[in-house]
Amino acid sequence: MAATAAMMPNFGQQISSKNDLVPDWTSQEVSTGTTIMAVEYEGGVVIGADSRTTTGAYIANRVTDKLTPIHERIFCCRSGSAADTQAIAEVVSYQLGFHSIELDEPPLVETAANLFRASCYRYREELMAGILVAGWDRRKGGQVYCVPIGGMLVRQPVAVGGSGSSYIYGFMDSNYKPALSKEECLELTASALALAMERDGSSGGVIRLATISEAGVERRVILGNQLPKFSTH
Amino acid sequence: MALSNVLETPAAGFNFDNTARNAALEGLFDGGLTPKPLKTGTTIAGVVYKDGVVLGADTRATSSEVVADKMCAKIHFISPNIYCCGAGTAADTEKTTDILSSNLSIFSLNSGRNPRVVMAVNILQEMLYRYHGQIGANLILGGVDCTGNHLYTVGPYGSVDKVPYLAMGSGGLAALGILEDGFRHDLELEKAKELVRAAIHAGIMSDLGSGNNIDICVITRGGVDYSRPFQESEFRDDRKMKYKYRPGTTAVLTEKVVPLKLEVVQETVQKMETV
Repeated sequence: MAATAAMMPNFGQQISSKNDLVPDWTSQEVSTGTTIMAVEYEGGVVIGADSRTTTGAYIANRVTDKLTPIHERIFCCRSGSAADTQAIAEVVSYQLGFHSIELDEPPLVETAANLFRASCYRYREELMAGILVAGWDRRKGGQVYCVPIGGMLVRQPVAVGGSGSSYIYGFMDSNYKPALSKEECLELTASALALAMERDGSSGGVIRLATISEAGVERRVILGNQLPKFSTH
Repeated sequence: MALSNVLETPAAGFNFDNTARNAALEGLFDGGLTPKPLKTGTTIAGVVYKDGVVLGADTRATSSEVVADKMCAKIHFISPNIYCCGAGTAADTEKTTDILSSNLSIFSLNSGRNPRVVMAVNILQEMLYRYHGQIGANLILGGVDCTGNHLYTVGPYGSVDKVPYLAMGSGGLAALGILEDGFRHDLELEKAKELVRAAIHAGIMSDLGSGNNIDICVITRGGVDYSRPFQESEFRDDRKMKYKYRPGTTAVLTEKVVPLKLEVVQETVQKMETV
């Protein structure tokens, strides 16, 4: 997961020099090697992400916001190449905004997820993007859709993504129960992200959380020194 | 959007024409001593302070191990309220910022508005993403517009980050150490300039690719103060002699003047229709 250039032919390396004066990380692609998570609850969704963006071994931005608004009550959590996910999110925001104006009503989360899937699947060879689409609409309430690398689309009540997700599948399987309350979801997300950030080198910084419901979007940040603590053996 | 671009946006997708040219170029030099592009192994930094943005850069441009330019200008003009520091391949940063500057002037003239920093960032992001990393430009964009003081970084693959303080380039790591330690929100002007100067200085001291003088550019609502150089290197050497040739150095032996004979062959006058 860490190798961002692995899927693409090595065009970039032809022009760069192996000169000591200019270190490798200046020419490496910026990756959001990451942990992202989204959980549905009765009446909305809770989404969360860490805040680390890396170029190789260097942290390019330690306070990144990976929770990107697509529409008023639809967000996406980005993992993979920073450039690719930012570009896709822009395109989908535009398409969804246009669609919503045509319909003259707020768009469905399923529509947003399908737009992501359309771009991610069509350009699957060129892109490196793993995205969680989450939001609230009047028809089906809170929904979470997973669009991993390759362009699959599946709805799940709880989803994790990014390089750090591998470390928390066990925690998710044992701690998630259907019909959790909003506060329990926030606690679950914060704990899961903290555990992943502890173990994954490409995840870290602060935890950004957001709750999306009929009432709107509430955002909060858990700073590095306020992270949930676990055993430090 | 098409209004603000003079050059036509090329067809969607990536344009890899130059890779064929590069491969052919490498074929010409067997034994692989292809000309290396001029890189500004660099230290650039930017800080948002109380009344605006302070940008700083060193002035060394290197071509492999030789210093090609001791007084290179790395802080480029984008518009009267937006400046851009560039690290990476010198030609790429120069051309990219030039194109951006032209497009923004045209936009200004067409719409009658001052360009916003976020617009400059979006144009850069679109262009760099389209070229998928082939344009080696790491840019720090800083400016002041009606929505406030902004500092953005754009990477060669087209990723954008908005942060209150930044350092890029090969000396960026050393500079960032100084910034992480000394940055506070809403600094005063003098403190902000000193912080950026110290950051660039750290980059110059710790990185071979950065050096010589320090340029500082302060952007506020009221205008721009571009000090070039803000601080000169204490290691500058003075030339021992004057290397200009005074007039008369080359002796004139003979002089021959041949006037060109021109005759007027035909003359016509056409009256212009005036209302």
